[in-house]
Amino acid sequence: MVIFEKSSRGRMTGSQQAVVESGRMEIPGRFLRESAPLLPEVSELEAVRHFTRLSQRNFSVDTHFYPLGSCTMKYNPRVCHTLALLPGFSGRHPRAPASHGQGVMGLLFGLQEMLKEITGMAGVSLTPMAGAQGEWAGIAMIRSYHRERGDVARDEILVPNAAHGTNPATAAMCGFSVREIPTDGAGDVDLAALSGAVGPRTAGLMLTNPSTLGVFERRVAEIARIVHAAGGLLYYDGANLNAIAGRVRPGDMGFDAVHVNVHKTFATPHGGGGPGAGPVGVGERLLPYLPIPMVAREEEAGGERFRWLTEEERPRTIGRLSGFVGNVGVLLRAYGYLRMVGATGLLRVADYATLNANYLMARLQGAGFRVAFPERRATHEFIVSVKPEAEAYGVTALHFAKRLLDHGFYAPTIYFPQLVPECLLIEPTETESREDLDRFVAAMVAIREEAKSEPERVKSAPHRTPVGRLDEARAARQPDLVWKGPITSGQGGPVVFGQGPEVSGQGKVNGQPS
Amino acid sequence: MPFVPHTEEDLGQMLAAIGVESVEALFAEIPGELRAAPLNLPPPLNEMALARHLGEAAGRDAGLVCFIGAGAYDHYVPAAVWEIAGRGEFYTAYTPYQAEASQGTLQVLYEFQSMIAHLTGLEVANASLYDGASALGEAVLMAVRANRGAKAPRVLLADTVSPVHRRVVRNLVEAQGIELVTLPHEPREGGVDPLLLDGFTRGSVAALVIAQPNYFGVLEEVDALVDRAHALGALVIAEVNPISLGILRPPGSWGRSGADIVCGEGQPLGAPLSSGGPYFGFMACRGEHVRQLPGRIVGRTTDQGGREGFVLTLQAREQHIRRSRATSNICTNQGLMTVAASVYMTLLGPAGLAATARACHANALSLVERLTAVPGVERLFSRPFFHECALRSPVPVAELLPWLAERGIGGGVGLVGDYPHLGESLLTAATERRTAAEIDLFGRLLAERVGF
Repeated sequence: MVIFEKSSRGRMTGSQQAVVESGRMEIPGRFLRESAPLLPEVSELEAVRHFTRLSQRNFSVDTHFYPLGSCTMKYNPRVCHTLALLPGFSGRHPRAPASHGQGVMGLLFGLQEMLKEITGMAGVSLTPMAGAQGEWAGIAMIRSYHRERGDVARDEILVPNAAHGTNPATAAMCGFSVREIPTDGAGDVDLAALSGAVGPRTAGLMLTNPSTLGVFERRVAEIARIVHAAGGLLYYDGANLNAIAGRVRPGDMGFDAVHVNVHKTFATPHGGGGPGAGPVGVGERLLPYLPIPMVAREEEAGGERFRWLTEEERPRTIGRLSGFVGNVGVLLRAYGYLRMVGATGLLRVADYATLNANYLMARLQGAGFRVAFPERRATHEFIVSVKPEAEAYGVTALHFAKRLLDHGFYAPTIYFPQLVPECLLIEPTETESREDLDRFVAAMVAIREEAKSEPERVKSAPHRTPVGRLDEARAARQPDLVWKGPITSGQGGPVVFGQGPEVSGQGKVNGQPS
Repeated sequence: MPFVPHTEEDLGQMLAAIGVESVEALFAEIPGELRAAPLNLPPPLNEMALARHLGEAAGRDAGLVCFIGAGAYDHYVPAAVWEIAGRGEFYTAYTPYQAEASQGTLQVLYEFQSMIAHLTGLEVANASLYDGASALGEAVLMAVRANRGAKAPRVLLADTVSPVHRRVVRNLVEAQGIELVTLPHEPREGGVDPLLLDGFTRGSVAALVIAQPNYFGVLEEVDALVDRAHALGALVIAEVNPISLGILRPPGSWGRSGADIVCGEGQPLGAPLSSGGPYFGFMACRGEHVRQLPGRIVGRTTDQGGREGFVLTLQAREQHIRRSRATSNICTNQGLMTVAASVYMTLLGPAGLAATARACHANALSLVERLTAVPGVERLFSRPFFHECALRSPVPVAELLPWLAERGIGGGVGLVGDYPHLGESLLTAATERRTAAEIDLFGRLLAERVGF
């Protein structure tokens, strides 16, 4: 039941009504609304209860193991949230004078410096608001670099076929055409194909390392040599930095530009799909093009002083990407996390993320599951292919994913990367305990057993979630994107995962679509 | 080691299960020459020490009474907003790919889309974009895609749209071969003269971008602008302040047929100022353009048992399906901020949103009256304003603002950098949070600085 259906005309939250003391109004009538907007009219309790109950219809890291490959769903320290909302931070206007921003700017400068060290880059800008915007900034800098050198024929970006969809989409948004490079049987970039693809049209290569296949690209130095020799630059997608942070630096691997996802590696929350932040780092060649604003530190009598760098001081910048500075509140959380783990802690993050992934892979392999690259070491994530189960019992990766929800686990990423059939991309992260990993293995085994004995039960999963399998075709065919009236009679009441009775996937019809 | 639960015993058992001697052995595939030296990072802090460190930093930035606007506004955020948005079930979930395990997030996004559509008077809305500036960039790209009748990808951009937003638009769309033409404002009124549009021929313009209220805080002649733009065959992109829509006519009813795409900065709806983010951009459009809308979209549907449920939909537009042919490279939205905004709009309701908008406007009238009582301070523009106003300053603004800040007042922003012809001028705003005493203090300090 949506909030609008709980609404009663004229009901309001009395304590939230602003007082219009002077009562003055000087806006001519032709600019004013003739009728009130259709917004909910509920009491404060009704509002709080509605949204609290909705929250209980979510899986989350705080409530469930969330092994969503490529997303690094690790614990988000609560203290970082609490501190980012301190009034001095949360109440500061972005255009407040620098005299009233030395605290936050000092922290952001500190974060820039830490990220330079971690990525091995010459400079960092924190301003991109998400990983995809960081990618955009990186590719835009590569474009500016070639253009300023008069190298305008370079109109192609190379992307391995295992890459995230954002990579080719970003290259296209920056005006490049995209050329995909195949992957060889061991999960590495096909070097012969790469050598054949590079040339005078090559602007650059976008690469994730470890790759989305959950393996470390061993010949990355050779890849860098090939691309650089052809006059292209290398872009590092930091999606999988959690596996190697502190051990290997993108700058040392030969990359010219990099973005990091602070909502992955540096434990800021995913928030149901944002806000993230995607700081970018670059080597010397791309330094002039970094997006602004950036924080500068100046020594002055009696201490240090921080200020924003602007277009005037950085005339070759690719410019601004946001209305103000970027997602400062997210960056403060990342700062807090990095200060708590430090250099040794960061190394152990990679250690234990890798340990957990390899342990889970070994246990699943031991239980008879097929892994995509058994001869390779897993990084922080790995791929299981349930193609044998699909062929034997008709139970696919999608069915495993949905049935895992019934066991109280969020599902791994499925059908990505597209190179491996019936795949589950599993990333446990370092913050999960051995016991939780063992429980996950037990669930996978139980689902396979059930697939043999009662395949329809698996195929019609989930059964214990607030709703069963949803009709996505209907959603796309008859888009209902804005509330105009009830769709079914609905079912009230809170749903607590794992405590309700199992309901059949073919449950009774409670109402017809309107 | 913070946040890693493993005991020594766990470690031993896990290594044995893998069949290796040490954790180091797990990294054997990484070539030795790529190994980094130990990182030079500051020594780790425990939670208590971190709290002290950040507490000190936050304390240094506190203490300004905020009359600054320019696209972000100091509104009161009800306590329940972040109590709910901060719940772990919202805070630590991810993009709702597994719909059955993400109904909370999905339903909130659907309700958010509904509230934005109702507030703007358009038929559909997406589940948010990064912020207002980048949303405007996406709106321009969308309009060019959607307007198949236009002969050239030319977009008219009123110079009364935020200068920063215009720069972001330029950066984001430049590589796509879109021509941006700036329309100047009428110098006494502070709005764009609709007659300017008569200088373009039909079919030569893909879209017109206007802001209501505009960057100077004043109200544009939106009805005439929309009608004249439509007469050219152009789509109209309206950038609006969501609080103002508590009382102002929604863009969906401007002119004879309404704006086509509406976007804006969502920060006023429950997001803390937080030095610039995280905020969120919102975007709504006419139903016929829904397949050109960028970003996540949630739809309502039913499950196998006929129960109402919510899913990500129309994903064929998106990067994880279309790759290089997607409508945008955007992947995440600003999910958590839309939870906050949905709770905010629900708590205020239509009456509360109108009351907040009216209080902002009334306080801004008092502020302008108080400040223009100082000799030499006067309004730059004659058009009616909502909660922000451009004033001529008899003293250099670059000196005035730090001077005010030392005395506890965040006075606004200068305009001369972006609009040199305006000279020394101040853009200043009042929200419902400003009190008569604060407004009076601002007035007294300004008088003192000006020398009266």
